[in-house]
Amino acid sequence: MVRYTGAEVQRMEDPRLLTGHGRYVDDIHVHGMLHAAFLRSSHAHARIRSIDTSAAQALAGVHGVFTQADLAVPDTAQAMNQLYPAPVIHQDITQHPMATDEVCYVGQTVALVAADSRAIAEDALALINVDYEPLPAVVDCRTAQADDAPLAHIGSDNNLAGQLKSAFGDIDDAFAKADHVFAASFMQHRGGCHSMETRGVLAVDNPHEDGLTIWSSTQCPYLVRRALANHLGEPEDRVRIIAPDVGGGFGPKAGFYAEEIVIPVVARQLGRPLKWIEDRREHFTATTGQRDQHWDLEVACDKDGRMLGLRGTVTHENGAYMPYGALLPFTSVTPLPGSYAIPALDVTLNFVFTNTTPTTPVRGAGRPYGIYAVERMVETIARELGLDPAEVRRRNFVRADQMPYETGAKLRDGMPVRYDSGDYHACQDKALELADYTGFKARQEAARAQGRYLGIGVSACIEDTGVGPYEGTTVRIEPSGKIMVRTGAASQGQGHHTMIAQIVSDQLGVRPDDVLFEAADTGKFPQGVGTIGSRVTANVGPSSFDASNQVRETVLKLAAETLEASEQDLELEDGEVRVTGAPDVKVTLGELALKLAPMSGGKIPAGFSPSLEATSYLGSSGSPVASGSNVAEVEVDIGTGEVRVLRYSVAHDCGTMINPMMVDGQIIGGVVHGIGNALFERMIYDDQGQPLTTNYGEYLLPLASEMPHIDIVHQESPSPLNPLGVKGAGEGGTIPAAPAIVAAIENALVDFGVVIDYYPVDPQYLTGLIDAAQAQAAE
Amino acid sequence: MADTREITVTINGQAETRAVETRTNLADFLRHEVELTGTHVGCEHGVCGACTVLVDGDAVRSCLMLAVQADGHEVTSIEGLAADDGTLHPVQDAFWKNHGLQCGFCTPGMVISIAAFLKDNPDPTEEEVRSAISGNICRCTGYQGIVAAALEAAKTMRQEG
Repeated sequence: MVRYTGAEVQRMEDPRLLTGHGRYVDDIHVHGMLHAAFLRSSHAHARIRSIDTSAAQALAGVHGVFTQADLAVPDTAQAMNQLYPAPVIHQDITQHPMATDEVCYVGQTVALVAADSRAIAEDALALINVDYEPLPAVVDCRTAQADDAPLAHIGSDNNLAGQLKSAFGDIDDAFAKADHVFAASFMQHRGGCHSMETRGVLAVDNPHEDGLTIWSSTQCPYLVRRALANHLGEPEDRVRIIAPDVGGGFGPKAGFYAEEIVIPVVARQLGRPLKWIEDRREHFTATTGQRDQHWDLEVACDKDGRMLGLRGTVTHENGAYMPYGALLPFTSVTPLPGSYAIPALDVTLNFVFTNTTPTTPVRGAGRPYGIYAVERMVETIARELGLDPAEVRRRNFVRADQMPYETGAKLRDGMPVRYDSGDYHACQDKALELADYTGFKARQEAARAQGRYLGIGVSACIEDTGVGPYEGTTVRIEPSGKIMVRTGAASQGQGHHTMIAQIVSDQLGVRPDDVLFEAADTGKFPQGVGTIGSRVTANVGPSSFDASNQVRETVLKLAAETLEASEQDLELEDGEVRVTGAPDVKVTLGELALKLAPMSGGKIPAGFSPSLEATSYLGSSGSPVASGSNVAEVEVDIGTGEVRVLRYSVAHDCGTMINPMMVDGQIIGGVVHGIGNALFERMIYDDQGQPLTTNYGEYLLPLASEMPHIDIVHQESPSPLNPLGVKGAGEGGTIPAAPAIVAAIENALVDFGVVIDYYPVDPQYLTGLIDAAQAQAAE
Repeated sequence: MADTREITVTINGQAETRAVETRTNLADFLRHEVELTGTHVGCEHGVCGACTVLVDGDAVRSCLMLAVQADGHEVTSIEGLAADDGTLHPVQDAFWKNHGLQCGFCTPGMVISIAAFLKDNPDPTEEEVRSAISGNICRCTGYQGIVAAALEAAKTMRQEG
């Protein structure tokens, strides 16, 4: 009997977090703990001639100052491992835990101070003298490929980090037979992480007991364990990683950072627990994020706007190092051709080194770039042919009767991109209805009569979610009758405990409150992957469902013997197994658990194993592909360039929903992140590679006062790839937001003929476009 | 050596006397000296609002106030908001019901800011709530659940008088 799956269950996590009893890394205090601060490069590119730490060492309260040469690692010349090696990477350059003789971005780790307090550690940083020889920096990824461009790394031949291509169909034929070919070029800038909790690492070494224990605000404790164990040359099980409460992740906490090597190693060397908490200024330069991509595309279409082919090139700002493989490049191009059945594609992406903070995925990874690109081409067709943009989408969508649909593109693992289920036409219809799209013309005209400029913009997206191969769960009934669930999946606020408790409760006839939960501790669950790419529900959902189902089968079998009844006559309800029609004939889950957990001299019933538990690693057989259509309605102040989002409507399809309230939370939060990308967030570097936006006065995040109310309607196209029918929901809000906002701004300014080729669409940029359009009209 | 002073601050109804470095801010004092870690530090420059506490009933950014400035004053942190029997404050309860939090990191500052705001404006419009929390940054929720929670809490508190 399903009671909780699909219900808006209030979150298990909340009472603790609402009363100040969360436990984030900086909340953990270990006896004898020292505090660390990092000296970071103040140059975008420089050679280090020498580092003098003597004055810092001498400061009272300082316990040690460490450079790369001082680290007791097997090989101080060893750079950090590539987390995701790929043949498309031409120059696989990763950084050292701390710089050796060259720094390649502002913020790179140079030295560490361990002291009695963070304040003393920071005092000591000012006493370290680094003799830098500044080198030319390369900052703009477009010019970085020029023959005379400065090199981001000493000793490399050029700045091309790698190249990849996504191609299928007969692209030449598509363009040869097209009625129209349209081109568009545009720059996309996505911002950084900006989780409200910065990163943090606390390390304790117990060499005679269980080795290193590290609390890290990570999305991927098992990845950190693997990378650190490799770097130290130790067995993984001597390195325990715990992700406690983590205050938001959004991608940049999914990697493996220099600090996650340096803090444990120094803690070990000093024989003292050591904690480092990133400050916000560090976060701007030391935590990876996303930045610039430049797209030059051509689309071939017939006279009705049906797309035949898409081709072009992309230049991707990689930053100074390659800590995270080519995941951003891959996820930028593999979503092409988005929601549309386009028979031919040929897109090449160059990823280019610059002397800026390395880039890795932020909410959506490359998908927002790729989807924005194809949505731009749809808008271009609509503009050029004088068609309604929603109608152009309708003519090009993959149809429901084509599902499962293979686009022709290949995933990172070489598997074909396959859309498993969905109805993109119906989804768009729902969004248009929610937005009162047909009534917009009247609203626009009424506003224009008052001198106000309203615009509406539509977008559509797909999102490949739930990347495998697994995320396991153990479900165990303990003698109290409570259900203990353990998984490797780390939460950064998504509500995994609640989601899993809902699934398990339905299988075992208990209430979600009866489900105890432990996650993201490598010492408590042996193996896991991590929380990235909207993958947890599509992997842990099936594994918790399967594990609890296995336990249910054992429960029924054991209860049947105990109650001398047939399994078919049993029902699980309220933590008890009862005989249907004879409710007094019953046994509790706790009593059954006890039968499989006897003490000395006891006996396990024949045919059963000790411990009433099961473990499953069942995931999704392929990536469930979510989809959505968004409609943004904006007002543009043509004098100031301010854009206000008046109304925002979402139709989203993530398959079967476990907890619609939490899905809405993911979508709304995602949309606002996407609006931030479209209008506000910009990480600016000057031409010397100095970051200019390193606080929240200079780097603008979306605020409540600027955000609209967001209306959501759901469509549920169950995924055939897992028994629950679920798809991921974490990024489907963000991906289509920027294209909808940008299209709406253009629509508001349609009289000016403004075409936007850049986001974030800040007021300076927009007034520049409006002024230019007005000047042209006046000529 | 760093300059230290002895201060007494009444925190959540309890007087706490400590010797603190004069450069210690109130947030670090609460978190590391008094070990009330519910107050979170998000930006250290007064923009994100995560560290908001009540000082003599007014919402204050504890990262922008020195601990020594709180000497002789009353501070209420998130740990002191629920009733003694554990009953959640109406703002906390409304956050729970309206999915007003995800990761929980901005939440203490949000809850405190809204509790203070509703004392001044017990019957706000949605726009007024959005303006009131425009000094608190949340990266997870998109603010919608928080706004709904504030409006519901206002209603509850009006009904309770």
